[in-house]
Amino acid sequence: MEKRVTFGKWTIGILFAVPQLLLIFTFFYWPAGQAVYWSLTLQQPWGGGNIWVGLDNFRSILSNADYWNSITASLIFAGISTGLAMFIALVLAALTDRQLAGSRLYRVVLIWPYGIAAPALAMAFRFILAPEAGFMAVVNRVWPGFWDPGLDGADAMASIIVAFSWKYVGYNFIFFLAAFQAIPRSLIEAAAMDGSGVIRRFRDIQFPLITPTIFFLLVINITESFQDSFGIVDIMTAGGPANATNLMVYKIYSDGFKGLDYSGAAAQSIILMLLIIVLTIFQFRFIERRVHYR
Amino acid sequence: MTMIKRGLAALAAGALSTALAMPAFAEPVKFDFWFGLSGDLARVVDTLCKNFNESQKDYEVVCTSQGNYDATLQNTIAAFRAGKQPAVVQVYDVGTATMMLSGAYKPADKLMEENGYKIDYADYFPGIARYYATSKGEMLSFPFNSSTALMYWNKDAFAKIGKTEAPKTWEDVGADLKAMKEAGYECPMAINISANESWQLMEQFSALHNQPIATKSNGYDGLDARLEVNKTKFVQYVTDLKKWYDAGLIKIKSKDLGQDMVQAFASGTCQVILTSVGDHGTVGKTQKEGMNWDVAELPVYAGTERKNSLVGGASLWVLSGKSDAEYKGAAAFLNFIHDPKTALFWSTNTGYIPVTKSGFDYMKSSGFYDKAPYKGREVAIASLTASEPTEITRGVRLGNFTQIRAEFGTQMQAIFANKVSVQEGLDTLVKNGDAILDRFQQTYPGKTLP
Repeated sequence: MEKRVTFGKWTIGILFAVPQLLLIFTFFYWPAGQAVYWSLTLQQPWGGGNIWVGLDNFRSILSNADYWNSITASLIFAGISTGLAMFIALVLAALTDRQLAGSRLYRVVLIWPYGIAAPALAMAFRFILAPEAGFMAVVNRVWPGFWDPGLDGADAMASIIVAFSWKYVGYNFIFFLAAFQAIPRSLIEAAAMDGSGVIRRFRDIQFPLITPTIFFLLVINITESFQDSFGIVDIMTAGGPANATNLMVYKIYSDGFKGLDYSGAAAQSIILMLLIIVLTIFQFRFIERRVHYR
Repeated sequence: MTMIKRGLAALAAGALSTALAMPAFAEPVKFDFWFGLSGDLARVVDTLCKNFNESQKDYEVVCTSQGNYDATLQNTIAAFRAGKQPAVVQVYDVGTATMMLSGAYKPADKLMEENGYKIDYADYFPGIARYYATSKGEMLSFPFNSSTALMYWNKDAFAKIGKTEAPKTWEDVGADLKAMKEAGYECPMAINISANESWQLMEQFSALHNQPIATKSNGYDGLDARLEVNKTKFVQYVTDLKKWYDAGLIKIKSKDLGQDMVQAFASGTCQVILTSVGDHGTVGKTQKEGMNWDVAELPVYAGTERKNSLVGGASLWVLSGKSDAEYKGAAAFLNFIHDPKTALFWSTNTGYIPVTKSGFDYMKSSGFYDKAPYKGREVAIASLTASEPTEITRGVRLGNFTQIRAEFGTQMQAIFANKVSVQEGLDTLVKNGDAILDRFQQTYPGKTLP
């Protein structure tokens, strides 16, 4: 007697996948589709009449100097903050990986920052970097007018970069440390016995072996710098002064939610999505070539 | 089986007890009120709601703070699109044009009439009422928390330069600031130049000088209004502010930089600020020990015939799509807020001004304005009622005005950082602001403001 219950080969597959597919559809594709639809219409905030305008929203955004300024600001922000966050984390992880006394303590201390919510972090940095209080006030007393994030766009950009990098140093550190620890000790010991110094060992053994991690973090960091910077910008600079820190993601928020321009914001988020896709493809095609997977 | 039986029995018992209870205690009709105030002010609103609920037993208002004005409007729109909107919502002044075109409200005057309340609309201060009324004068929403901008001045600092009165003209302000600087004051005057200060710097200034912000009577006469602040007296004002800033007579103070204007004034760091009468209470509570200060109407340029200042704050809108019972409750609530006694409670605890003449008279007669912490707030009424509102001073009715204010902040920052000249900055403000207005007009094709 046949006791096994049998299903058609793919019916069971579908059956198991349905809940997942439904979730993905409801929470990802449906809203994304909605955003595409909105970007092609003019939405009245309270609903009622929506006017089909085709690509007009994109045309008006791309012909707006403020929007190009916000793209430039985002790219500068992404480049510098990612570079800083990764470089500092790499150095710290390399140092912690060596068997120093108290390295456990370092690990905990360095991992902490990532656990702090962006608004709390931004509040803290707002106080730390205020021109009339704390450390920067001392600097300003020595060189009057040196630090003025309220009017100087470069200073404001520097403040959000510092805050963002500070948070991601913690995140990157976790991954770098794990990558370092995964390198077999014997390799390093052998190299040490051959007489190579710390720098040489790092350059020829450790660095090539952690390139997959570096690549992974590069993709994540750049993506996050486009999307996760919102809370920091909102609290520290609100996009100012004179739009100097009006990053793309913040502009979407302020146009969409504060300005009630849902269509313009939808079009901008689609452009942002495309930009991130392009950047990611670029990274996979050109940078990944230099990555050595074991 | 037993489970189901037990469940059914419980259900039946429940139904029975509700049925029995119904005639004995008629539940009050509940309706929602969403508002945008937070902190101290939210607690006052909560007390107001409690007082209303205790004043009668037919209705119960459920008051919920949404954090701030922006969030209140966003959440209400989201709720409205989902069919779960509150009955009453507080919307800030600049959201008025957006609300008027939304088609999502029940006109407040109709609501009151349908429910048998007689409101004397002439009792409202005209500068306040016309902000929220149609061009024909029908009140679509009721003013709730109202304020206007005043000049706060430090009497001690002015005494040092031999002045016992607040400057009345901008020419005098310039001279006084210079004298204070020479007398050793680091920060004679504080301003901020973010989107929010568009209210006192651009909007109030323009009203007092009877200068338009936009064509078509500041937008009252049509959605095709366009900005024109790059060719009014406002250009002179920004030029002077910038000149005084460059000379060190004005400092920029903002929360982002560690200390906002009101704190800078209350701590005695800065000697003059321009801000809402709503901050009167805060300055009183946080001022430096023994500091002498007062408020005065905003100055005007010499030779100007002073007009009324603009109302700021928010009004209460009743949204469409609610039940008749809820509308009855909402009407009772609006009537309660309209009461002069409520006005006294509200103004005492917040710093906002009464919105009706009878409310103001009631407060005056109860001696409110003679008492120390509240003395000076009557200046706000004097400023609001300085003249009969003109086509220009009855208010600003521009779509997406929040975005225009943001553009104001951006251009002022560019001007003060020497990135552009005053004229270039204001030209860009007009150009970008017009694009925003154009977009609003496209969103509502063929529609006109009520």
